[in-house]
Amino acid sequence: MPVTALDGRVVWRRRTPLAQWAIWCGWFALGVLFVLSWQVMNKNTIWLFVEDAPRQAADLLSRAWPPRWSYLDSLWVPLWDTLNIATLGTALGIVLATPIAFLAARNTTPSVAILRPVALLIIVATRSINSLIWALLLVAIIGPGLLAGIIAIALRSIGFIGKLLYEAIEEIDEAQVEAVRATGASRWQIMDYAVWPQIAPAFAGISVFRWDINIRESTILGLVGAGGIGLQLQSSLARLAWAEVTVIFIVILATVVISEWVSAKVRAAII
Amino acid sequence: MSTPAASTRWTRPPLIGNPWLRWGLYLGVALYLIAAVSTLDVNWLRVLDGLSNGWRVLEGFFAPDFTTRSRDIWQGMEESLTMTVTSTVVGCLISIPIGLGAARNVAPLPVYAVCRSIIAVSRAFQEIIIAILFVAMFGFGPFAGFLTLSFATIGFMAKLLAEDIEDIQEAQAEAIRATGASWWQVVNYGIQPQVMPRLIGLSLYRLDINFRESAVIGIVGAGGIGATLNTAMSRYDYDTAGAILIMIIAVVLVAEYASSHLRKWVQ
Amino acid sequence: MARSRLASPGQDMLRVSSLSKRYKGGEDALRGVTFDVPAGQVVALIGPSGSGKSTLIRCINRLVTPTKGRVELDDTDITRLGGRGLRRARRLMGMIFQEYALVERLTVMENVLSGRLGYVPFWRSFFRRFPQSDVDKAFALLERVGLSEHVGKRASDLSGGQRQRVGIARALEQDPALLLVDEPTASLDPKTARQIMRLVCEVCRERDLPAIISMHDVPLAKMFADRIIGLRAGEIVFDGPPAELDKAVLTEIYGEEDWTQIHPEHEVRPEESAEDRHAHEERMAGLR
Repeated sequence: MPVTALDGRVVWRRRTPLAQWAIWCGWFALGVLFVLSWQVMNKNTIWLFVEDAPRQAADLLSRAWPPRWSYLDSLWVPLWDTLNIATLGTALGIVLATPIAFLAARNTTPSVAILRPVALLIIVATRSINSLIWALLLVAIIGPGLLAGIIAIALRSIGFIGKLLYEAIEEIDEAQVEAVRATGASRWQIMDYAVWPQIAPAFAGISVFRWDINIRESTILGLVGAGGIGLQLQSSLARLAWAEVTVIFIVILATVVISEWVSAKVRAAII
Repeated sequence: MSTPAASTRWTRPPLIGNPWLRWGLYLGVALYLIAAVSTLDVNWLRVLDGLSNGWRVLEGFFAPDFTTRSRDIWQGMEESLTMTVTSTVVGCLISIPIGLGAARNVAPLPVYAVCRSIIAVSRAFQEIIIAILFVAMFGFGPFAGFLTLSFATIGFMAKLLAEDIEDIQEAQAEAIRATGASWWQVVNYGIQPQVMPRLIGLSLYRLDINFRESAVIGIVGAGGIGATLNTAMSRYDYDTAGAILIMIIAVVLVAEYASSHLRKWVQ
Repeated sequence: MARSRLASPGQDMLRVSSLSKRYKGGEDALRGVTFDVPAGQVVALIGPSGSGKSTLIRCINRLVTPTKGRVELDDTDITRLGGRGLRRARRLMGMIFQEYALVERLTVMENVLSGRLGYVPFWRSFFRRFPQSDVDKAFALLERVGLSEHVGKRASDLSGGQRQRVGIARALEQDPALLLVDEPTASLDPKTARQIMRLVCEVCRERDLPAIISMHDVPLAKMFADRIIGLRAGEIVFDGPPAELDKAVLTEIYGEEDWTQIHPEHEVRPEESAEDRHAHEERMAGLR
């Protein structure tokens, strides 16, 4: 009741006093939370280093520029490896995610009580762990190299593709499914004729989108030993060879921009 | 097509009409796959060897050890959570003016160009790469992580906010402008009510993302639970690593659940 | 097209006895519905929205499982079938839908051929390698419904009337013994609606095919059907030839106050033709 009578005059406020108070309290609580977090976070921060940062940055820049372009020659093979990690990882992720998405979608799952929760759990677990952490684990298990990177990318992609795909499956038009079922089609024929045609564009779009993200992610997997251009970055960082790091950053940036362009083009062609 | 003959063949129309393009594409894909797989260079002996390791990691996951290194875990968690909160708040606050500046329908061209380039720079680089730079400048620890996440938040939020502002119903802003309102009044009355619910929703979503990222940037020294995890892995302490992974998944689940509920409640 | 499977004329093809359906929410959609349909008879099913027309049609081919009662097609009890047996029964019943329900992203030909899914093994349908006889039949049917020029088009590129023609071709591709038609004209303009109804009735006469057509448009039903069944709240309240469907019966089906109270002027306008009046009443009934 934002309109009240006060001393015989009608007073208008945007909210009732109570609502206004609740909103102010909410903002105040957020402010307190922020200040507390800030203090806890910075209890070990050495402010001398922070004050020193502009000088450090200038120093860094002077060492990083000009880029050592000759280093470019030793980056082509790692770049090829990076592309392979992203592409093969995405492909493996798609292969693994598709059946899981069908098990997770309410309208296609064969068992709502058991298989659906299991599929959802797989989707959530693989999605909440970043591919770099997956790579860390996999390097410890199967040793450093491209394979660890590919599997890390694939595992992370399961959750992402699985989630978007099962949502797309749940959104299909049931009338088309009903019509195909009415012809006497079997379960697999219904999948092929009524479900698949409806989700195919979403499927392609999601895959290309994830490939684009995976290109970005695969550039840094080498930091934990999972192959690709990140390995080179790791060794240059260890040697404090900042002029080489600049070259690597430029190459990564170019790769990311190109892959984003390709993915945008492909998605526009599909839809 | 005229009247079909007694027997007209029918085949499914191919996805790509032009046969040259179609077969060229198939050939290209096949060649790429051959080239990619042949340069994989996997040491299968090492992989086989590692499977017993894998078993130990799995064991660590199912019998996690929260106690032995509870101090490290707690500190990592504390850093990650505080980093998440502070960077989300700061990042969102900064992204509001930048988002306004990057919306073509409210900002003049020079401001627009500057804001759009800030967004482009922030989005182009991975969090990890930015973290490496900030660690080099500000030293190890969660402060560098906070800066990293704030920077990444700005790019994410400002871009989506700018798109939202560009998508508003122009008529509403027009009507406010017609009353003789100033630029700030137009933003306050004509634009803010239209984008506010989504802005809050996006902030909550970003809070979620920032926690996930805070678990990663520790690997390059920017503090948080990722640093603890990295240490545990390099000590082959898989039980502690399992405990940390479980905690990450649990916090992400809680954050995702809570933020989706809050978002529904706000909208 | 002579078909040995068909029962001799006059014999009942479909026998529905005391069919009931109760949904999970607790409401009764059908209550003890009983009727027979002999070969070659076109039955129109009329009734207000929510009277159970759609449920009745879906109970016959078991897209909805009835709670009680029997549905017999050629002496097979469909309510007892499951798995393969049910699919075999379904392929004998061609169904035409209100919103066409074509698979929008498949071509016209694939949509028509999907009528054969109950007959061919999975690998044939997966690789789109249908027996040539099926393909010939599909071409002939597309010719019959006047769409031979659109074979390779996507269903989503067709107009409403054209889509419904594809829907008819798909149902006939099944070599059905019975047509189930669920409000075929509800999404179409009046002229196209008539053309579609005429087409459905013609193909039924050509093949001596019985059909159950649920519809909203009472004049159209009277024009085309051999027999009309009126449903109200899940029960049959009228079953007879179109000529017997007078105002009293319509009141019985669609309820009293719909026209007597909202349109008291109705009685004092004798110049209005019967068809217009029914159309009007029908529109009013739709407002409920």
